[in-house]
Amino acid sequence: MAAADASTSGRHRLTLRAHHSRAVATTITIEGELTAPDRSRLESVLVDPLLEAAEWNEPVTQQQLDVGLIPGVTDTEAAQVIHAASLLGIAVIDAAVGRLVDLEYGLDDHEIRRRYANAVIERWATGSTVEPGYALRETAVQPTEFIDLANDDEGLMQLSQQRGLALDLAELHAIRDHFDSVGRTPTDAELETLAQTWSEHCAHKSFRADIVFADGSVGESLLDQLRRSTDEIAAPFVVSAFDGNAGIVQFNALRTYALKCETHNHPSAIEPFGGANTGVGGVIRDILGAAHQPIACTDILCFGPPSTPDEHLPDGVLSPDRIIEGVIAGIADYGNKIGLPTVAGSVLYDPAYISNPLVFAGCIGVAPADRPKLTGPHPGDRVIMFGGRTGRDGIRGATFSSMEMDATTGDVAGASVQIGDPITEKLVSDLLADAWNLYSAITDCGAGGLSSAVGELADGVGADIELYRVPLKYAGLAPWEIWLSEAQERMVVAVAPHQLAAFESLAQHHGVELSDLGSFTGNGQLVVRHHGAKVVDLPTNFLHKGRPRRHLRATLPRPAREESTPACNNPRDTLLSLLRHPNIASKAAVVRRYDHEVLGATVIRPLTGASNDGPADGIVLANPAHDDGIAIGIGVNPWFGLRDPEYMAWAVVDEAIRNVVVAGGDPALVALMDNFSWGNPTRDTTFGDLVVAVRGCCDAARAYGAPFVSGKDSLNNEYLAADGQRHAIPPTLVITAVAPVVNVDRVVTPDLKAIGNVLVLLGHTRSEFGGSHLSMISGDTAPRGVPAPDPMSPRLYRGLHAAIHDGLVASAHDCSEGGLAIAIAEMAIAGRLGANIDLGGVHDEIVTALFSESTGRIICEVKPAHLDAFIAKLDDAGAPKCSVVIGHVTGMATLSIGTHFDIDVEQLVHAFNGTSR
Amino acid sequence: MTLSMNRPRALIVRAPGTNRDGDAAFALEKAGADAHVVLLSEVLADPSLLHRAQLLLLPGGFSFADALGGGRLFGLEMSTRLSDELAAFVACGKPVIGICNGFQALVRTGLLPGNNLSVALGANDHGRFVCDWVRLQPVSNKCVWTAQLDAEIECPIAHGEGRFVCNDATLAILQSADQIALRYTSPNPNGSIDDIAGICDTTGLVLGLMPHPENHVVARQNPQFARGHRGGRGLGLFEAGIRHARQL
Repeated sequence: MAAADASTSGRHRLTLRAHHSRAVATTITIEGELTAPDRSRLESVLVDPLLEAAEWNEPVTQQQLDVGLIPGVTDTEAAQVIHAASLLGIAVIDAAVGRLVDLEYGLDDHEIRRRYANAVIERWATGSTVEPGYALRETAVQPTEFIDLANDDEGLMQLSQQRGLALDLAELHAIRDHFDSVGRTPTDAELETLAQTWSEHCAHKSFRADIVFADGSVGESLLDQLRRSTDEIAAPFVVSAFDGNAGIVQFNALRTYALKCETHNHPSAIEPFGGANTGVGGVIRDILGAAHQPIACTDILCFGPPSTPDEHLPDGVLSPDRIIEGVIAGIADYGNKIGLPTVAGSVLYDPAYISNPLVFAGCIGVAPADRPKLTGPHPGDRVIMFGGRTGRDGIRGATFSSMEMDATTGDVAGASVQIGDPITEKLVSDLLADAWNLYSAITDCGAGGLSSAVGELADGVGADIELYRVPLKYAGLAPWEIWLSEAQERMVVAVAPHQLAAFESLAQHHGVELSDLGSFTGNGQLVVRHHGAKVVDLPTNFLHKGRPRRHLRATLPRPAREESTPACNNPRDTLLSLLRHPNIASKAAVVRRYDHEVLGATVIRPLTGASNDGPADGIVLANPAHDDGIAIGIGVNPWFGLRDPEYMAWAVVDEAIRNVVVAGGDPALVALMDNFSWGNPTRDTTFGDLVVAVRGCCDAARAYGAPFVSGKDSLNNEYLAADGQRHAIPPTLVITAVAPVVNVDRVVTPDLKAIGNVLVLLGHTRSEFGGSHLSMISGDTAPRGVPAPDPMSPRLYRGLHAAIHDGLVASAHDCSEGGLAIAIAEMAIAGRLGANIDLGGVHDEIVTALFSESTGRIICEVKPAHLDAFIAKLDDAGAPKCSVVIGHVTGMATLSIGTHFDIDVEQLVHAFNGTSR
Repeated sequence: MTLSMNRPRALIVRAPGTNRDGDAAFALEKAGADAHVVLLSEVLADPSLLHRAQLLLLPGGFSFADALGGGRLFGLEMSTRLSDELAAFVACGKPVIGICNGFQALVRTGLLPGNNLSVALGANDHGRFVCDWVRLQPVSNKCVWTAQLDAEIECPIAHGEGRFVCNDATLAILQSADQIALRYTSPNPNGSIDDIAGICDTTGLVLGLMPHPENHVVARQNPQFARGHRGGRGLGLFEAGIRHARQL
């Protein structure tokens, strides 16, 4: 690692240590001619003596690790050091912020990487200061290259490999044919544009592929199946589905909501903070890019088990603890700083996620319903880019995320990961809130950067833009790098010339940098120039429709579907073990790091009840000035997915819908989002699992009358370790359900409310233990059926909703992981009240009654006086005999399961909360 | 009395990264003020915005990304460029409130606690950002925002740097001068000395607090709402400040 002498002329370095935590110091390196008074004035701003001690130019010892960002990585703190100096009238050339770690003992480079620093974004030194990562100052620009396309297939594949294009042979042939037809070779920028636009990440080519079944028959693509299910449901509240940046729904005359959920798996695996951070930033921009104002974020995280020993980690993989800490910090940093409540979510742990963690980041936005529809871009509109500056960050992110990872990924993919800047995105969001009537089309710069943003907007219209107008973080970027950069916090809009001055003036007001790149032309050609010379000249028709359709072979799974019950000798101990299991135990340690209160609209929080520590099912948001709101529910179950992807899909759709219904959402008006994280789809069995999962989704959507409006798939979630071993994730489908809550004063939470109230179980309980948590904790590997769909569930939910609407339900909680036993335990924990439970009417076998994870089940607490009216609501909805009274609420602070066992509620609380609070 | 005198003009200053300005505006409007959100850059360009307002609120968020410490840059902007105007604002008897990040910024300007005393808001003792609900007891009879409040306020906190720090001598002065405005009565969430959640200046006009009473001004914002719980709203605090501004 490079080292520099701290006494370099003009370089000043301040080492700051907080009084309360001295092991890690902050270092601030300032380049500039500072006088002693300058230093002391700077110190008065940078150092608070009540909190910190500081020293100038402190040497770095052999027992210290000096860490700094590598050049080109966003350093927001350094920018503020320069800002502070300028306010004090001190001239500073540049600054860098890093950290200095006191090492307890000598560590080799391997251990440093594993514990203290990340080569993807950082560099380090011991015994000397690390060279500060000031912005690059190179000026030589790599000129645009023309790439010869080989005549032979081997040469083509080699090119794809070398440049990381992730294109297959058919696609390379299509590209070669196109350039043969126009009589020239492609430029580097054109080749990269096609690779990004045609990447799995951007084009979802597996979801658009023709399905070839084992018998040779060809089926409709997965995306077409999902679209068709939505079309057939024909829900009047769907404004836009599977189109543009987000799905859009309208539940009443006043407002529309934009819904989007994204994955950011690969970046989070190699740089957990930055990967998760920019995942949140990206999905918020999707909402902005759908012309809505974001109001909330969701997150669903899948990690390897905490405290996994290092020797169990494949080579090149970060430890789960570091990934968990980094991802959660990254999500919290972006959401908290941009000022959006991070609400619904879940955290799952399984060894299968050790080398390939999953990060699903969602966002919901709102807009007045009377806004005119965006009809652009129109020929003549200007191509306006604004927000963050462009650097070399995130180049080839779309293709990176479309490839499998291996032991070298972390070392070579550095440029594919970035750190977000939520404050810039907040300013962008504020600008768009004011400028809503000043543009004709909008999209964000996500994967593929400008190439996909301008490329998509220009589809069918054409555009002619000039890259030298793009504001850069530092000089020296080749034209294709500017065009492909995935630098964060950037948006592109089409603005009519007569509105440009107004848009510019608002951008200036909000402190957002803007540049006019060129115009939409109307000739259907995408032309990109650098100082006038063409670097891209492609027909948008070829760019968006020239990709050959894929065919993927699918071998469908044949899951076991028999009912059976595993052994369980001590149900009482089992209940406590389940409550302590990381998948079920309190997530307070995560939830409390997210600001879920900002905007003042959170009505049902992730943790609820008498002591605010019971797990809620659905989240309810309502603007404090309104009387109505929305409920958000999440469904996910990879353990079902491993065994029966079709029933898994149905079960998680049911779970997501159930979660919104128990909170007070209207089951007649549910919109769904799908997020598939899967393995390599070119393996026929993996794709077969995906095919039946989509079938399960579509069937469930029809059964519940709940259309899918948006979706995203992340495939190739596999890790090839240095020893050649392949690690694939279990089929993981996250379903997000959103439904209106007409009267937020009638929301229901899962905490037990009052002594004497009756407890009623809705739904049917069968011996369905495939993928259950009872099987997981008891090491049961026998093939068992995954919970099957219950055809009565849609009617039952309508009946429950009618009862909630009439105020007949005191509390309600869904039965999910761990079954009825966990559900009633969580209700007792949340309400700090006991219950007497009689399982006689639930199932003959106590193990099934307690721990089966059959779908469609909800425990409701009802006042005795309301019981008849409650049951009548279920009957009226066409779901008679779908409920059974299972007991009542007691003041004894004890959960009594008939004559089987008693547990004090305090003991349940202790098992569930552990040390999390 | 004109209508505008009934509803004092409240200025809410938004720096880049401020994010609870809308929540504060909703609370002030509900409590009886005309709330105007303006950018810090607008106030710097035209300090007469301050002259025309009767009440000033610095809201929560992450001004300038909280780089270099919570509120430091926001505070520096104000102390280098608006110091006289802010002093004049208070000298006219107009109430000022800084919430969370706004509190951190006020401390950095020296307006809080005043009298050349030094206090700070450091990283929470557990080292993490925390979002939770707390209970606050108004304790100062000097502070115009809390003097007439008896009941506890229930509201959320959402901060990583909320640990109130000062030395023993300063604490003794703050206590004897009645400058401790609010104390946590629920478990101390961040390690603040003497359970301090908010302090006022020597005049009682300037209040700074870490918790967010602006996020509990309607009943259903309370997490216990579904359990039938009412009360504990933070609205009274804003009404008190507005009442004082109305007398100007």
